[in-house]
Amino acid sequence: MAQNDNVRYLNPPTVEVRKKKYCRFKKAGIKYVDYKDPEFLKKFLNEQGKILPRRITGTSLKFQRKVAQAVKRARSLALLPYVTDLLK
Amino acid sequence: MLKQYETVFIATPVLSDAQMKEAVAKYTDFIKSNGGEIVYEEDWGLKQLAYPIQHKTSGFYYLIEFKAEPEFVANLEIQYKRDERILRFLTVALDKDAVAYAEHRREMKAAKKNAPAPAAEAPKAEEVEDVTEYDVEPVETKED
Repeated sequence: MAQNDNVRYLNPPTVEVRKKKYCRFKKAGIKYVDYKDPEFLKKFLNEQGKILPRRITGTSLKFQRKVAQAVKRARSLALLPYVTDLLK
Repeated sequence: MLKQYETVFIATPVLSDAQMKEAVAKYTDFIKSNGGEIVYEEDWGLKQLAYPIQHKTSGFYYLIEFKAEPEFVANLEIQYKRDERILRFLTVALDKDAVAYAEHRREMKAAKKNAPAPAAEAPKAEEVEDVTEYDVEPVETKED
């Protein structure tokens, strides 16, 4: 037992301190995702204009659906491109 | 029962200002004459399209919020489809959160419209100009 206490690492053990993801809509109290604001919707797109998954943005399912709906509306109004390179 | 809707259409960029006004008047009159009421109108002006539509790279955007019977929307969209000036249109029913958001957005727009006016009136006094700039900025962040 005493030996275990004396274990020392050459390199300090890497402990991953990950920031907890959160849903920005729930946090900010936003209830409606507007399709008329392409600059805001770009936060949920990658460089090719694809919608980012929830596991990356941390958006809750409820709002991911609304974001997807808004992005698709914005695309049909030519506010956002369907396909592109270097959106940002 | 009247339901609240919001419609955005894109008109061709070849229209003159007068023609554009006429097109807008056509749809606003059409809504009014069919028992609807206009809640709000907004002209976004000539905007670049994110991708070409009918070989055009820009278009006049116009937003109309209105209240109407649900059956009316189909008629409105038929009018859009028959109109060669319209490149694209989108009509969306607004739920209660969307209505609240639309009202909030309108207030913000009105506040923004009023805010730059005093800044433009008093460009001589530098101190005054700084203060007004600070007044404007929080408004913009709140909108997000």
